[in-house]
Parts: sequence; structure tokens; C-alpha cells
Amino acid sequence: MQTVESKTGLAKRGFAPWADRALQPLLRIEGLTKRFGADAAVDGLSLDIYQGEFFALLGPSGCGKTTLLRLIAGFERANAGRIVLDGVDLAPVPPHRRPVNMMFQSYALFPHLTVEGNIGFGLKREGLPKAQIAERVAEMLALVRLEDFGARKPHELSGGQRQRVALARSLVKRPRVLLLDEPMAALDKKLRGETQFELMDLQRRLGLTFIIVTHDQSEAMTVADRIAVMDRGRLIQMAPPAEIYEQPNSRWVADFIGSVNLFEGRVGADGTSVEGTALGRLRVAARIAAEPGATVWVAVRPEKLRIAPNPMAPDQQSALDTAAAAAATLVDIAYLGDLSIYRLRTDGGVSLQATRANTGPFAERSIGANAKVWVSFACDAAIVLTR
Amino acid sequence: MTSDARMTMQKPKRSFVAKLVVRIPYAWLIAFFLAPFLIVLKISLSQTAIAQPPYTPAFDLAAGWHGIARFFAGLSLDNYALLGSDPLYSLSYVKSVGIAALSTALLLIIGYPIAYAMTRAPRKAQAVLVLLVILPFWTSFLIRIYAWMNILQHDGPLNRLLLALDLVREPPVWLSTNTAVYIGIVYSYLPFMVLPLYATLEKLDQSLLEAAADLGCPRWKAFWLVTVPLSAPGIVAGALLCFIPAVGEFVIPDLLGGSRTAMIGQTIWTEFFANKDWPTASAVAVVLVCLLVTPIVIFQHQTMRGVERD
Repeated sequence: MQTVESKTGLAKRGFAPWADRALQPLLRIEGLTKRFGADAAVDGLSLDIYQGEFFALLGPSGCGKTTLLRLIAGFERANAGRIVLDGVDLAPVPPHRRPVNMMFQSYALFPHLTVEGNIGFGLKREGLPKAQIAERVAEMLALVRLEDFGARKPHELSGGQRQRVALARSLVKRPRVLLLDEPMAALDKKLRGETQFELMDLQRRLGLTFIIVTHDQSEAMTVADRIAVMDRGRLIQMAPPAEIYEQPNSRWVADFIGSVNLFEGRVGADGTSVEGTALGRLRVAARIAAEPGATVWVAVRPEKLRIAPNPMAPDQQSALDTAAAAAATLVDIAYLGDLSIYRLRTDGGVSLQATRANTGPFAERSIGANAKVWVSFACDAAIVLTR
Repeated sequence: MTSDARMTMQKPKRSFVAKLVVRIPYAWLIAFFLAPFLIVLKISLSQTAIAQPPYTPAFDLAAGWHGIARFFAGLSLDNYALLGSDPLYSLSYVKSVGIAALSTALLLIIGYPIAYAMTRAPRKAQAVLVLLVILPFWTSFLIRIYAWMNILQHDGPLNRLLLALDLVREPPVWLSTNTAVYIGIVYSYLPFMVLPLYATLEKLDQSLLEAAADLGCPRWKAFWLVTVPLSAPGIVAGALLCFIPAVGEFVIPDLLGGSRTAMIGQTIWTEFFANKDWPTASAVAVVLVCLLVTPIVIFQHQTMRGVERD
């Protein structure tokens, strides 16, 4: 049985504080529940977040990720459970006294204040001397590269500039945890890509802890050290991006993160094969963590499907350690530039999806619609899922 | 300036109909504000006469150039000199502006919490609340003021209530006092203060208040630093909608107020109907318009500059 939480993990940048049992988490969430009427937006959720981590809450809209963020910020009160920051239970602390700051999806910039006024707002409330406020505001303006825009009003800025003001405003008080609610949802695709890398760079340079809420899986994969996948108020899987993708713990996660081809079957008597799938018997690389005869699902990522014009010889198949192979017809091709998506139908009537990077010269990629092809995948490409 | 900005600056060519539509408001203002004002201005420069109309000179085009010259020679500033020399008029102006200013302040103090509470009510209830605010308009204004005369009279419901609650020993006099005028104005004008305030407060983005709290503002401070400045357009609109008609108010001070000093509306009425002195009445009215328009224009100018500078 796969667990929700990763212990070792395929961590990025060799940073895996969650694997260190001696380390105390910065933010600990225990059995947190928040109900709106009869519906639980957050349902008995527990997770630990560590100092310096870039943590992503990922899930479809309505999965409770924004509610969780608002609970941490103090805008919502939990029905049950605890939020502990630096060993202090946050329940009795009102939002204006919590050492966390939030960057709002709408940015929520004060329209009657200048950029400087917006960024300095939090510092003014702390009662810092004017000179010090001006100094820190200038520092933040330089950090987000808006030195020349301090005197402007929010409505005089572009969307990208407003986004950076919102970021600067939420960073200026040096929060213990920065909460980002869909921070890039309003940006166009290209700007979003650039901003993601800037955000990662900023987080590492400042050494702060970020929690980002997003429904965009590629965004979560790009920026986060760890991703918590949520659905209907519950935590489904929590692991580094590579592990979420390569070792999803359920059909739901496999399907939510990227695309996947799924084959239902039963565990074979030898414990290393799945029988009775739409493609017949599938050999897998590792021993399956389920009793022989139990229903399991084999997931294969589209990029791991091999497409060949001719069937392979048996010795070639075993050399490539092929799990399954089938004759298929190409139904459709979606050309995306860097890669192409192939929709296939096997002679047995199974629909498959495959992707291939368009690395070769254009002329060599000559498979057209309705072409007869041969589809296969390796044993280690098959992910066996028990739920 | 970017090229996009320049594109939008270019005036699109308008059709004849579109031009006409744009000019209708101007035509309206000219026909129903500027022209009557010029007539009043002209009368204010005339002299009283026992005639029909009761002033000279009359504009007589039939007499040709000579008539026009005589007409202009007949105009004078005598009536304005009278306004300056007789303290009756200046006292009347001061009292009107004073009562209107204090009433507007009271309206703001009472109206703001009402409008704020309305925005905090559930969505469905808000429509009902707006209806309730304008409900008094369904009854004639005059009847409502007569009702107040009844409430405020010596043995009226208010005094009986105060005596029953043992709050006073002797029934206080309400009618013919400034207090009664304030009660009447605040009561009558409240919807004009509440509705513009409600309209601006209702549009206020709640995430701005959350952002203020997030950045270290307790609720009351967020109210002062975010809600109040962002509702400034509603405050200004409500204050102008109440202050301007309150200065020229006639019915309320006439029915509820005392006779010691008249508000400017009563002064104009007396000049027109009691003294049959149209020119002086017109002069009083012209000065009133100038008194009201000048501060509004200066205020508008300041806010526009403020908006650009901030």
C-alpha cells in the first residue's frame, strides 16, 4: 500500500528537510477541518512544512486549497484541528498579529495609495521610523525591479507590474511563511513562465518559506520542493514533483498530474505481472505490493509509449524488456511544435495516447493519420496502482 | 506613451446621430439651467416697478438699437448693494449655510453606519433594505413634515414619551426651534445620504480589508485607512446631494423652524410673494447660486488634482 507522504523522495536541489526525522517543522497542521454548512472544505488534514521550503498546494478548483491558505492566514476559523507555527498554536492569534503574509490572487492593492504607499503599508503599522520604512521600501522596489514606479498608483501599472508590487508588499515584513494564492493566474503564459523562475530565485535568495496555491500542475512542478495534491478537502499525496509524477499513489493523482494510459487487471500468481488487462498480460519491473488476484491498475505515461512502424522481433522485445506490445492504428496527431501527441487505437479496440519529442528532422517524422503502427512499452514504464 | 495609448487617444469619427445624442445633455442644461439663470440674473439687475411684469427696464426689441441701449442703461447693481448693506440678508445666508453644514455632518454620522450595515447584510436582504430606505418617498413630503409637526408639538407623542419615561419634568418646546429644523432636514434627506454611500461601499473589494489585516491592521484601523478613503466619492456625492438643497430649503424651516431669523429660502419667498420685490429676490437667488457653485467648483478642481497627484 502506498502512503500519502514520501519519506525519502526524489528531492530537487538535494534539499529534503522532511526526510530528517530530527528536524522540527516550521508549520505543523494537525487534523485541520473547516466546514461551510454541511460541506467540509478542509477535512481532517495534517501536514508539516519546513523552514526554507517552497511548498505547493495543488488540486482542482474547490478542493479546499485556498481555504487551507486562508485558515493559515487567519481569515477563516477552523472547526477542528490545530495550526502550529514555530511551536505556537495560531488559533487565538488574529490575522493582523500572525507572522505570515499573503499575496492575494486579485493582488488586493490599495487603489488610493501609491506603489510605495502599498509596500510601506505593513511597515507603517509596525510603527517603524519613516527613514527606515523608505529604506526598506526602496530595497523591495529594487528586488522586484520597479525602482522607477514608486510614485505610481496601481491603476497606472501593467498586470505584471501590479503582480510584482503585490509580491513586494507581502515580502516587506519578512514573514515566517509567505502564502501565495494563485499568484500567477492573471498573467499570460509567457510572463507566467518567467515569473515562476523569478519566484524560485527570490525564495532561495531570501531563504523564506513559501506556500503556493495553484491549480496549474506545471506551475507546481516548476516552483515547488514538495507538492501536496488535494481533493475534496483531503490530502491525497505529498511528495517532491518527480515522485508525484513518476510514482503517483493512486489513479486519481496519476490522472490529475499529466496524462496517463490506464489498464485494469489482476495481480498474477508470480507477483510481478498483471493479468487480464486490455493488452493482455503485462510484466512489471518490481514486485507488486498486493496479493495475487487483487484488482490493480497499470498506468503508463504517454511519453513512455514506443511507436514503431513494424513489429519487433521477440529477441529485440526481450532485450528492451517489453511489458506489452500491440498493433494499432493512428487516429489523430496533435502537433505542438516541441512535441506531438498521437491518439491511437489498438486492433483490440483500446484507445491510447502517446507523445514524442519532435527531435528529428521534419521529413523523418512521417507517420500520418490511419497509419498502421506497433505500440509497446518497457516493464519499468508501468506504474502499478492499487487504488 | 505606448503606441496602444496613442491609438485610443485618437477620436473616432462620430455619425450625425451620435453627435446629436452627445449634445442632448448640453441642450437640456442650456434650456433648463443656463437660460432661466440668465433671466433671473437680468431681473436682479432691474428695478422694482408697479407694473406687469413688476420690474423695469423691459427688453423691447421693437424700439431698435435705441431701445437696446436704453435697456442696458437701465440695469444697475443697486440690489446687490442692498444685500451688502442690510444685515438681514447676510445673517440669512450665514444661518442657511450653518444649518445645512451641521445637518450634512449629522446626516453623514447617521447615514454612514446605516449604509455600512446594509452592505454587510445578506445579499437577498440588501434589496429589501434599499427599498426600505426609499419607502418614505411613497408618502408626500409635505404630509411627512406635517406629521413631524404633530410629533413635536407641546402635547405630541415625543413629549408624552419623554414624560412617561421620566426623562424630563416639563415638556420641552420643540416646534419653532432650530432643533426641529435639524430633525426635519436629517429625516427628509437621509435617503440622499445613504444611497450614494451604499453604492460605493457595496463595490468595496473585501479582499482589500483582508490585505490590510494581513499587513498588521486591526479591524477599526482598516476601516479608517481603507474603507473610509475608498468611500470618499460616496461621501462627497452624499454630502453635496444633502448640502445643496438643504441650504435653499424652504418648507422645513417654514413649518418647523422659528421666526427669529429666516433661512435663505424663506427670505427669497418673502421678497417674491410678500414684498413683490422680484429684483431683490432675484439678487438673493443669484448670490446663493454663486455661494453654492464656487466651493463645489474649487472642491472638484482640488479632488481632480488630488486624484492625479496621489
